[in-house]
Amino acid sequence: MFSSCADPKTLEGLSWLLCYLTSGKHIDFYWSFLTVLTLLVVTAPAAMAFGFAGAMAARSQFLPLRLLGKVYTAMVRGVPDIVFFLFFVIALDQGIEWMKHQVVCPDWSEPIRQGLEFRVCPEAKVPSGSSAQIWHQIYGFTLAVFTFAIVFGAFAANVLYGAMGAVPRAQLETAEAYGMSHRQVFRRILVPQMWTYALPGLSNLWMILIKATPLLFLLGVKDIVYWARELGSAKTQAYAFPHPDWRLWYFLGLLVVYLCMTRVSELILARLTARLSHGQATAGGEAMRRAAQ
Amino acid sequence: MTCMETIGQYAFRSLGYGEKLLPRTDFTLCQQFTLIGSGLIWNLYFGALALLFGFFLSNALAMAKASGNPWLRKPAEWFIFVFRGSPLFIQFFLAYSALVMLPRGGIDLFGLHIATTWLTSAWAGALIVLFLNTAAYAAEIFYGALMSVPKGDLEAAEAYGIHGWSKFRRIQWPTMLRLAWPAYTNEAIFLFHATTLVFFSGFPAFQQRGDALYYANYFADKTFNPFVPYPIVAFYFILLTFSLIGLFGFVNRRLNRHLPSNTRSKIRLRPQLIR
Repeated sequence: MFSSCADPKTLEGLSWLLCYLTSGKHIDFYWSFLTVLTLLVVTAPAAMAFGFAGAMAARSQFLPLRLLGKVYTAMVRGVPDIVFFLFFVIALDQGIEWMKHQVVCPDWSEPIRQGLEFRVCPEAKVPSGSSAQIWHQIYGFTLAVFTFAIVFGAFAANVLYGAMGAVPRAQLETAEAYGMSHRQVFRRILVPQMWTYALPGLSNLWMILIKATPLLFLLGVKDIVYWARELGSAKTQAYAFPHPDWRLWYFLGLLVVYLCMTRVSELILARLTARLSHGQATAGGEAMRRAAQ
Repeated sequence: MTCMETIGQYAFRSLGYGEKLLPRTDFTLCQQFTLIGSGLIWNLYFGALALLFGFFLSNALAMAKASGNPWLRKPAEWFIFVFRGSPLFIQFFLAYSALVMLPRGGIDLFGLHIATTWLTSAWAGALIVLFLNTAAYAAEIFYGALMSVPKGDLEAAEAYGIHGWSKFRRIQWPTMLRLAWPAYTNEAIFLFHATTLVFFSGFPAFQQRGDALYYANYFADKTFNPFVPYPIVAFYFILLTFSLIGLFGFVNRRLNRHLPSNTRSKIRLRPQLIR
């Protein structure tokens, strides 16, 4: 990055460290933080959408839909989330290739599962074998985001289902007495009113989501954990910047980054909770009303 | 080969007994069920011991956090913040890379020789991390419960002349435990779920002795078919979750036995704790 870094073997002390921390691989490491933030920014709304759909399905009048919603909300209760992460990444990949296979090569006669292999026709590979490395990475990241959204959607569905049930019945009855239809009650009363009840659960979920981001590493994405392991491991004289095993310091750095992220989120969420409790018929809202008098 | 033979070969494979080689071709359903079940022994080991040791530390931490003395309170608050605020996955990596840096030959301390190599193996190193982690999570639960012990109970105790340690032991602590128990049940369940991370986080599986998810991942990699091994893990963990709920529910009934039936606290599974 700097011209003085051309020959790192001659450097010492602080200038060595400066050159070391701005080497090409370290720049990649810093960019991978963006990967994590992107995951958070994309997954949070996607998981909310999944969760909203799940909660609505679980409340549906139509039995098969209700069962689907109930199963979706129940699936994360008994089974570790990592099982889902490992499962969905392969299952989604195979599902997509299988569907593309059905469309692209309809007259392919060989079976897709041959013993220990999953073999679709070459045209049905996603992304196609000839595409650039970057597309493989983007595809992998998209699968990971989708997997996160499914799993966290199930958690969110639990929270939202509970919150929809917690809105005081009297408020809904009042709306019905004003002649609103089912749909109107849902849209105008239930959804706006449920947030104050959902917020404790959702803020908990956001914390969990932050703490689940290192699992990206398990899904084969080159995230911060990957780079910390890669850069921290001992480097011999063959490398430009030889050093002993520094993984401890890299992971310590990651730990501090995560602690900062959770702390900042905590502070922001506390403010949001105070805002949403304003004027609500809850203990939090009552405390605010008393304080204002 | 019949299924009974397979069970005989692989039932304790995760502990190093039985057949040395894992199956490589012609995977049967029986092999997958047996090996994954064998791996579950490790999940039970990690979960049960971390929970047992963590219970004592978490009580101490909760008391320290509730104490008026800042020399006790501040360290407890920091401990809880660090372990609850950071991902368990990173904690595992950090602990492993720290333990590897210990001198290989052991440490000589005041003439005592302390071996260190055993700390880097999963059975010890990962157990320590899980123990500290669950202690922090449970301490926050117990602290919350300690703060919500009804004021009237404490005043009644004072009125009966029960003070100090005896008040804590006979009134505060049992009430705290009763109030915290439903949340603590959830913590226990998610601790068991978290044990599946161990062999994915730096700690090596010595001679392919891994936990349930390790073997499931092995099968999924070999067969390229995730639709069999992962549902088997899921099945085992659902069983585990139900037995935990049963076990903790039994304790919960005992803790609540003096209360009229309408004020008892019930255990509700809240899936809100992953690390």
